[in-house]
Amino acid sequence: MAVLLLAEVTDGALALDATAKAVTAAAALGDVTVLAAGASAAAAGAEAAKIAGVSRVLVAEDPSLGHRLAEPTAALIVSLAGDYEHIVAPATTDAKNVLPRVAALLDVMVISDVTAVVDGSTFERPIYAGNAIQTVKSSDTKKVISFRTATFDAAGDGGSATVETIGAAENPGLSEWVEDKVAASDRPELTSAGVVVSGGRGVGSEEDFKLIEGLADKLGAAVGASRAAVDSGYAPNDWQVGQTGKVVAPDLYIAIGISGAIQHLAGMKDSKVIVAINKDEEAPIFQVADFGLVADLFTAVPELSEKLG
Amino acid sequence: MKVLVPVKRVIDYNVKVRVKADGSGVDLANVKMSMNPFDEIAVEEAIRLKEAGKADEVIAVSIGVKQAQETLRTALAMGADRAILVVAAEDVHTDIEPLAVAKILAKVVEEEQPGIVLAGKQAIDNDMNATGQMLSALLGWSQGTFASELDIDGDTAKVTREVDGGLQTISVKMPAIVTVDLRLNEPRYASLPNIMKAKKKPMAEKTAADYGVDTTPRLEVVSTSEPAARAAGIMVGSVDELVEKLKEAGAV
Repeated sequence: MAVLLLAEVTDGALALDATAKAVTAAAALGDVTVLAAGASAAAAGAEAAKIAGVSRVLVAEDPSLGHRLAEPTAALIVSLAGDYEHIVAPATTDAKNVLPRVAALLDVMVISDVTAVVDGSTFERPIYAGNAIQTVKSSDTKKVISFRTATFDAAGDGGSATVETIGAAENPGLSEWVEDKVAASDRPELTSAGVVVSGGRGVGSEEDFKLIEGLADKLGAAVGASRAAVDSGYAPNDWQVGQTGKVVAPDLYIAIGISGAIQHLAGMKDSKVIVAINKDEEAPIFQVADFGLVADLFTAVPELSEKLG
Repeated sequence: MKVLVPVKRVIDYNVKVRVKADGSGVDLANVKMSMNPFDEIAVEEAIRLKEAGKADEVIAVSIGVKQAQETLRTALAMGADRAILVVAAEDVHTDIEPLAVAKILAKVVEEEQPGIVLAGKQAIDNDMNATGQMLSALLGWSQGTFASELDIDGDTAKVTREVDGGLQTISVKMPAIVTVDLRLNEPRYASLPNIMKAKKKPMAEKTAADYGVDTTPRLEVVSTSEPAARAAGIMVGSVDELVEKLKEAGAV
């Protein structure tokens, strides 16, 4: 029983945390082969070879694979699919773009956002924004799965997998990359940060979001935002935590001025310790918080920044 | 150019879902149902394409139970020109899987020959995020997923996509499948006169069998359960107390 795992490679660099978490999930299914695909992917492949639990790495370098376009990446995976019973990836936007295409080309169902492996065909996944957990059993001969990384621990290092170079599949030539607009930041990446400080609509403005950012920088944390804050223009969309944004599970999650709509809770309720600061004592966020503080964030957050510094 | 917009009838996003006591699924009987919010954005974008003179006709299609005709009427009231209802299930608790939906949509595309299919990026019930990509694969078309901007120019369309690190812009060959994300637009409300008018707009009724598609699920639902509840936390009275508790818990 062999597993093909699509590594998360962006501009030649391996997203180690997401990939290593998917390796942990995949190792429960069988022997793990990692596919590192990109315009340049050799360095990413070499790094993936060191993840404990990886037995083989395939490196595919081709200009067509450079910008994670769905069509050439799916074509490559389908060309390799014969050798594998499971085709998996961390549940990133890239994987969610590619895997359903792979599944349809193989005439199987995709199983998205898996949070637990019961056995080789049976998996748990959240539905209704995490308000219910469904266990599904696949009758397909091949299983195409994305793993929600927040619920798996990252596999360690110390692996020494063999690395092979393979060619790309024929590029269907249906789409072309134009540009990426990636927010430059010195902060840790939201989905893999140990601490996340998030602001909501209660923060009130883009300027006042600096308070949230200040506390985050004090703690070496990533900055998050509720959908309400994003919709109000206080924070960019790539900070959004929730059903429609990113799912995070840091060791410490500090929710400031966030009421706790179901859609936000879906994105952070697996955090180990949750702190909520809100002036409304009825805010639903307090129902999931380990530590709640009813206070005006404009006085509490600067004080917290100072006392944690 | 025709625009095809698949729409799904789902539990209204404001309703708190309840897991059935026997673990067989989520209770959908006597619950308010609405159009999947992402699909509303797709319908809105299609209507805007028509208003901008880039599309001639907007066709809404829904695959599911007969009651999905209400969802299609909503699309018609927003401004779609006609609708196709494909009845593929009798029980409201039967969810047709994205693969089967994509197969039926591929047949509808063959018949209707749209220049673009605009779909929601995911349905808020099964959260699978798959139908658009699967349809694209079956048709051999280009795909632009999670769109926050769409600009059609002749044989190509520029799609700006919401991705983990920020935004990615790609150019896709037409015809294309574009799945839409939240920030693409704000859907309009249907006015009362338009709701009345929608009742007279044509709605064709078909079945999955008419398209020769087997909708037998590939994933058997073994059980559905409530998520584990978090243990109750404590309220603290001051920032000092919060800092103390966080230190005790080893969180900072």
